[in-house]
Amino acid sequence: MTSSNGAILVLADHDNATLKPATLNAVAAASRIGSDIHVLVAGKGARAVADTAAEVAGVTRVLLADAAEYEHRLPEPVAALVISLVPAYGHVLAAATSEGKNVMPRVAALLDVAQISDITGIVSADTFERPVYAGNAIATVQSRDPVKIITVRATAFEAAAATGGAAAVESVAAAGGGGLSKLLGQELTKSERPELTQARVVVSGGRGMQSGENFTLLEALADKLGAAVGASRAAVDAGFVPNDYQVGQTGKIVAPELYIAVGISGAIQHLAGMKDSKVIVAINKDEEAPIFQVADYGLVADLFKAVPELVAAL
Amino acid sequence: MKILVPVKRVVDYNVKIRVKADGTGVETASVKFSMNPFDEIAVEEAVRLKEAGKATEVVVVSLGPSAAQETLRTALAMGADRAILVQTDAEVQPLAVAKVLKALVDKEQPRIVLLGKQAIDDDCNQTGQMLAALLGWPQGTFASKVAVGDDALTVTREIDGGLETIELTLPAVVTADLRLNEPRYASLPNIMKAKKKPFETLTPGSLGVDVTPRLTTLKVVEPPRRKAGVKVADVAALVDKLKNDARVI
Amino acid sequence: MVTKTGPSSAKLGSFAWDDPLLLDDQLTEDERMIRDAARAYCQDHLLPRVVEANRYEVFHREIMNEMGELGFLGSTIEGYGCAGVNYVSYGLVAREVERVDSGYRSAMSVQSSLVMHPIHAYGSEAQREKYLPKLAAGEWVGCFGLTEPDAGSDPAGMKTRARSADGGYILTGSKMWITNAPISDVFVVWAKNDAGRINGFVLEKGMKGLSAPKIEGKFSLRASITGEIVMDEVFVPEENRLPNADGLSGPFGCLNRARYGIAWGAMGAAEFCFHQARQYQLDRKQFGRPLAANQIPQLKLANMETEIALGLQAALRVGRLMDEGRVAPEMISLIKRNNCGKALDIARVARDMHGGNGIADEFHVIRHAMNLEAVNTYEGTHDVHALILGRAITGLQAFAP
Repeated sequence: MTSSNGAILVLADHDNATLKPATLNAVAAASRIGSDIHVLVAGKGARAVADTAAEVAGVTRVLLADAAEYEHRLPEPVAALVISLVPAYGHVLAAATSEGKNVMPRVAALLDVAQISDITGIVSADTFERPVYAGNAIATVQSRDPVKIITVRATAFEAAAATGGAAAVESVAAAGGGGLSKLLGQELTKSERPELTQARVVVSGGRGMQSGENFTLLEALADKLGAAVGASRAAVDAGFVPNDYQVGQTGKIVAPELYIAVGISGAIQHLAGMKDSKVIVAINKDEEAPIFQVADYGLVADLFKAVPELVAAL
Repeated sequence: MKILVPVKRVVDYNVKIRVKADGTGVETASVKFSMNPFDEIAVEEAVRLKEAGKATEVVVVSLGPSAAQETLRTALAMGADRAILVQTDAEVQPLAVAKVLKALVDKEQPRIVLLGKQAIDDDCNQTGQMLAALLGWPQGTFASKVAVGDDALTVTREIDGGLETIELTLPAVVTADLRLNEPRYASLPNIMKAKKKPFETLTPGSLGVDVTPRLTTLKVVEPPRRKAGVKVADVAALVDKLKNDARVI
Repeated sequence: MVTKTGPSSAKLGSFAWDDPLLLDDQLTEDERMIRDAARAYCQDHLLPRVVEANRYEVFHREIMNEMGELGFLGSTIEGYGCAGVNYVSYGLVAREVERVDSGYRSAMSVQSSLVMHPIHAYGSEAQREKYLPKLAAGEWVGCFGLTEPDAGSDPAGMKTRARSADGGYILTGSKMWITNAPISDVFVVWAKNDAGRINGFVLEKGMKGLSAPKIEGKFSLRASITGEIVMDEVFVPEENRLPNADGLSGPFGCLNRARYGIAWGAMGAAEFCFHQARQYQLDRKQFGRPLAANQIPQLKLANMETEIALGLQAALRVGRLMDEGRVAPEMISLIKRNNCGKALDIARVARDMHGGNGIADEFHVIRHAMNLEAVNTYEGTHDVHALILGRAITGLQAFAP
C-alpha cells in the first residue's frame, strides 16, 4: 500500500440517473493530491452515471459496481464495497454530502484509520485543513494512517470540469454486506430551481418570514435570479419549510456568488453555513442584527416591502 | 430492551470561541461546558422510548475528563437510569471513542445505541457510523423520527434532498438530528434523584482500548474574517451596488 | 518562620468578567446543574413572555404550573412532591428567575417561602398532605397575608382579628400588597386571637366573606399580580389554624427565608442590567468609537461588577450558613438590604447608560429599575433592615420611641 503516490478513489454521489455535482468538487480536491483519480459508482442501473463520471476532467478510471444491493446506496454494503477496493489506494475521498457523511466513517473504522471530515484545504498528501467549532476555527491536521479517508467540503474546492476526461469504465464485483437495512421510502423536495449547494445565487429566509406561505415572496425573487431557496434553522424549526432547506453548521454549507439573507438575524450557526459566499446581502428590519456584520450590502427595511420592490426592480 | 446513549461534554453552544494565540487550539479555560446538544436529543429520545414502554433501561456513557461526570449527571437527571464514565484526560478522537463504545457494548449488550449525529466542537460527524462498523450493526444516521418494533427499527433520516425512511435490523446504531425531539429541562427533584443513581467509572485501559490519536493537530487558527460592508439606503441603491460594484446580477 | 511562599502563591489565574470571583467553582455539581436548568428554562420560556406581561400587566398563570413541573416551588422541602434541595440551590434558582423579572421571582418566593414553608413548618401533618403537593405542582397558587393598610414595618400593630367561634374562628380585617392574592386558591393569613397573640390560618378560595381584589396602577412588578385580602366575618375551622405558630416568630420565620431568596434574586436582576449595559456600551458607537471606550462608562461598569461580585459572595455565604443551621436573622437583613439597594442603583445606572433606548421596555432595564423599587421596599425596607442591624450593633432598638 502506498500513500502519497497511490491512486485516489473518489466515491460518486448520485441517484442512479445523474451524477451529483458535489462529486466534481471532490474530484477537484483529489487532483490537488495526485493525478491518478478513480471514481467509484455504486448503484443499480447506474451506467449513465459512470459514463458521466468518465468525462470529468482529471478522472483516469471509473469503477462501476452495478448491483441490486447498491440501489439505495445503503451504507453497510457501500462501505463493504469500498473496503474491497481499498488496497489499491492511498486516499479515498467523498463529498461531505449526506451520503458521504453516512458511509465514509464506516469505511474508516473498518480499516482502523481516522477519517478527516469536511476538509477545506489540502496542505500536502497527509495534511489537511478543516473547520471546527462551526467554522470559528480552522485546524490543520496530519494523518499518519496508511490510507486517508476524507470527506470534502464541496464549497471549498472549485468543481472539476464536467467534460474533458475520457476514462475507461470498468465493472467491479459486488462485495456483500447488505441485508441489515432497507429503504422503505423517500420524500424528496421537488423543485425546478437549482440545488441549494450548487446554485450561483441563494435566497434564504429566517424567522422574520413569519410563515411558510410568505416564502412565496422569496420564491418570486429566486425565480428572477435563477436562485435556490434556503432557510435558517429557526425557519425550519418553525415548520415554514422542509429540513433540506437548512443552511448552517449542521445543515447545508453553501458558498454561492450571491447570498441574500432575508429576515435572518445571523446566529453563528447560520453564518457557519454561508459566510464563504462571495457577496452577501442582508435584508432585516433590526439594524443590530448580527447578519449585518458579515453582509457586504445591508438594507435595514421591512422585508415585506423590500422584497417585492426588489423583485420589481430586477 | 436496553439503550446505550453516549454523550459528550463540549464547549457550550452559546460560547463565543476564541482561538489561542499560540495556535494550539481554542481557549477552554473559564469557559462554560455543557452536553453536546445532539446528545441531549439522543438522551431525550431514549428516555421517551423508556417512558413509552419500548425500552427497559437507559445507560449513558461518556469518555473524557472527570468533569464529564457533570454531563452524565445531567443525563441521569433527564431520566437515564445509570451512568458510566470512561475517564481519560487524553485527547480522544472519534475512532478511539467508537472503540471504547464497542467494548462497552460487548459488556452491556444494548439493542440500540442512540447518540448525537455530531459534536459541536470538532464537528466530525463520525462516531456513530464508526461504532456501527466496528459492531457490524446497521446504522440510521441523522434521524428525525424513530419507531421501535420487536426486531426492527424504523428511522426517518434527514438527507440532502429531503427525508428518507429506512428499516434497520436490531441491534442498531441511531444518530440524532436536530428535529428528532425537543429535550426536556432537568427538574430539581430529578436532579436530586440523579445523585442516587448508579455511577460507574472505568478507564480506556480497563476496557483494553488504545485511545492514542491518529490525527495530529499541527495548528489551529482563526478563519479569515469577513468585514462588514456598507448599509444601503433603499432597494434602488442595493440593485445599483449589485449590478455595478459587485457585478453579480 | 510562617511566611508562605513558593510557586503556588506566585501563580496567577485568569479573569472572567462575568464571574470575577469564580463563584462557579464554589458551587457543587448539583448546584451548578440546578442553576443551569433554571437558567435554560428562564431564558427560553420566561424571557420571551415578560415584555408583554409587563406592558399589559398580565400574570401568565401557567408559569406556576411550569415552575411546579421543574420543582421550583417549595424546593427546599423534603417530601410532599418537593425536591429537597439546599438553600444555596434555592438562591441560585431565585437569581435565574429574577434575571428575567422580579415579579416572576416574587410569585415563586411567595409560594415557596411564605405559603409552603409555614404550612410545612407550623402546620399539622394533615395540612401538609392536603396543601403541599398541589402547591408544589403549581396546581394551586398561594399568598401570604401579613401587611395591612396601617401595619407595614410594624406587623404587631395589625388589626385583623380571629375571634373564637364554635368549631373555629371568625376572621375580620384586610391585608394589603399581597402578591398572587387575586388568583390564589390558598391564603396564609396572620391574625390576632382573643388573647392578642398572632396566629396563622389557612384560608381557601370560596370561603364566605373572603375576597381578593386586584390592586390597579402599579408601576412595579407588573408581570406579577398583587391584591388585597378582604375578610368580612370569614369562618375558618379549627383544622385550618396552623397549630405550631404562636406570635410573630411564625411570620418572621417565613420572611427570613423569603428575604434570603430576594438577596440572591436582586443580584440576578443586577447582573442582567450589568450585562445589558456592557453590551450596549460596546455596540453603540458615538464620535467614531464605542461608548465603552470612555472612562466614565468603564467606571460605572467596574462599580457594577464589584457590587455584584461582593453581593453574590455574601448571599452564597449566608446560604451555606443556612444549610449548616447557623444563620442569624441579622445576616439575612444585611444581605437583603445591601443586595436590593445595590441592585436598584445598578439598574438605574444601567438605564441611564442606555440613553434614550433605556426607557423602552424592549431593552428591559427600565423594567428592572421599576421592579427593584418594590423589591427594595418589600419584606423589610432598606431602612428597617438598617435598624435591625443597628439594634444588633448597639444593643439599642430604634424602631419606636
